[in-house]
Amino acid sequence: MSTFLGMPAAPPRSPYGTGNLRGDRKFPEAAHDELRNEQLRRNLGRATRTIRTKRLHVTGELPDWERLRDAGSAIKTDTMNRLPELLEQLEQKVTDRGGTVHWARDGVEANEIVTRLIRATGSSEVIKVKSMATQEIGLNEHLEAAGITPYETDLAELIVQLADDKPSHILVPAIHRNRDEIRQIFLDEIPGVDPDLDNVPAHLAAAARAYLREKFMTTKVAVSGANFGIAETGTLTVVESEGNGRMCLTLPETLITVMGIEKVLPRYQDLEVFLQLLPRSSTGERMNPYTSMWTGVTPGDGPQDFHLVLLDNGRTAALADTIGREALNCIRCSACLNVCPVYERAGGHAYGSTYPGPIGAVLTPQLAGMHAVKDDPNSSLPYASSLCGACFDACPVKIDIPSMLVELRHQHTEQTGTTAEKLAMKAAATVMKSPRIYTAVQKAASFSRSVGVGGRDRTVSRLPAPFDGWSDSRDTAAPPGQSFRSWLASAEGAAALRAAAEEGAARRAGDHQEEQ
Amino acid sequence: MTTTARDTVLGRIRDALALAPAPGTAIPRAYRTGRSLPDDERLALLTDRLVDYKAQVHPCTAGRTAEVIAGILRERGARRIGVPDGLDERWLSAYDGEVQRDSADVSAPGLDALDGVVTASAVSCAETGTVFLDGSPDQGRRALSLVPDLHVCVVDLSSVVAGVPEAVARLVPERPTTLISGPSATSDIELERVEGVHGPRTLAVVIRTDA
Repeated sequence: MSTFLGMPAAPPRSPYGTGNLRGDRKFPEAAHDELRNEQLRRNLGRATRTIRTKRLHVTGELPDWERLRDAGSAIKTDTMNRLPELLEQLEQKVTDRGGTVHWARDGVEANEIVTRLIRATGSSEVIKVKSMATQEIGLNEHLEAAGITPYETDLAELIVQLADDKPSHILVPAIHRNRDEIRQIFLDEIPGVDPDLDNVPAHLAAAARAYLREKFMTTKVAVSGANFGIAETGTLTVVESEGNGRMCLTLPETLITVMGIEKVLPRYQDLEVFLQLLPRSSTGERMNPYTSMWTGVTPGDGPQDFHLVLLDNGRTAALADTIGREALNCIRCSACLNVCPVYERAGGHAYGSTYPGPIGAVLTPQLAGMHAVKDDPNSSLPYASSLCGACFDACPVKIDIPSMLVELRHQHTEQTGTTAEKLAMKAAATVMKSPRIYTAVQKAASFSRSVGVGGRDRTVSRLPAPFDGWSDSRDTAAPPGQSFRSWLASAEGAAALRAAAEEGAARRAGDHQEEQ
Repeated sequence: MTTTARDTVLGRIRDALALAPAPGTAIPRAYRTGRSLPDDERLALLTDRLVDYKAQVHPCTAGRTAEVIAGILRERGARRIGVPDGLDERWLSAYDGEVQRDSADVSAPGLDALDGVVTASAVSCAETGTVFLDGSPDQGRRALSLVPDLHVCVVDLSSVVAGVPEAVARLVPERPTTLISGPSATSDIELERVEGVHGPRTLAVVIRTDA
């Protein structure tokens, strides 16, 4: 509509209160609890270490890895620039090949479309391929409320679903669970499971196979996501490992694929880049066991009724942000999670969103906003980082996550108006502009130390209001007993300076001799 | 006039691009393409990758195809197998079990009752150990090579290319295409790789070195 008015309007975020793009607590608070869970930290530490090593091995063996990253990055950027024409082309091609394309403004609308399509088949059950988009919009919860039973078929998603838990990782949603916990979940939740089931991963996988086999053979409808949708040909792609994806994409009569609009790629040829970047970055394999590619409907092979749901849900809002739009380039490999020191310790649940880790900290606020309510939990996500930059180095499409985090922090402080922190910074600027006031303030600060501010480790872990926001996630060093300026001006300071100069001169002379 | 979701979403995208216009981007395709490797190197590389993924590899000459396939099926105790309708029947001349020629009428449970499946393949990528099936008559519909627990896949060395770009260039996009790199696997439990979940737990690749 807005196009007819001639004035571009800022597209809306994912509607507040829908889907899974916002936790109920801020990151520091949630992470505080997660950090106490030693089992979680052990499981995460072990898993992320394993996958980091594997990824480095398989990315290192390709001499053109950096060139592939450059190509991947440019293809995604080009895609975002040409999104309208590419989506229209994709729609045309899928339709030409017998598929039906639906558009969804947000998660609520997508959920309604999927529910309607499932109801039209007469089925009250649906098998699901692991999909971030349907997790994001809370499709399972919506289906259950509508009397439709969704069966997650990816092993990790099954574990999460059976335990009534939430995913904590993009690739391995049950990464926070170890084999003993999984064994117990299966014993408790899978009907008819062998009571002697042990904790050997192969046996646990076999139990899942036996449980899901019958569902694959009999369920008439499947829901999937998509890793890539090719505009040029209308080809959809799902990258997976277990074969549950192939089962869902092949055996049912009806297939419904929910795809974020940013997943489109211009050309079939572009797969030659992403089929190298994704598996190596994701599971650390040269290639994942199975990739399925299908174009509309193929008579005599696979579902004869195919629906593609194109989902916005805040993606256009991200696109309207010059810096933030880069988050849309993400191919959901999860390499940034595995290298992040914050993720490794806090785990995925602390982020409160379907998208955890470094990419989640930038993507979630882009999609759902971070100022929807007072003290929006999403406003804490840009601070869930030490800005070490490991995520940028690991990203196969070179998303500059640290710069985006800084930009979001800037937007957050701009948006939040006159806060105590802002006033304090303004006051600090005034003080620093005047050497006289600066010296006076420093003297006052050192006095506060002499009367006992700071614990034995010389830090202040909790500042009084209005500065408690600052100390929520950091310790503040107690002011020193004497300022540097007053120390330097003292006799002791002058003596130390002379000694350092003499020592430096002596060392330079020594180095010179060794060189000869 | 009601506004459709399609119009709204496309309108939002155009608005977003107007609010945050970006310069056009050239795509640097400086990565390796059009590589060719001699036969023995492609064979060695593909074999190494497949073995790494716990697939069985059986190199042979084209003349021994039937004998090698029969040997694999016998060893695995496969008494009843499915084949795509267009599979070269000479490949099964040494097999003495029951052969079910596939058709779209065979139900999923019908496929589940098979001990194994034998198919040809379209293309293979040596560097990643990936076999591509494209639904041609000698490869069959996707369900056939998925449901049975044993997949014997015949690969002609002439169809093996060096890398992913060379393989993608040989595909026909509109065909339902499946990329297979070893038997089905999961790393969902403590990231420990386990071979064999929902797809065939055994993948045997017969590489015909002179075909």
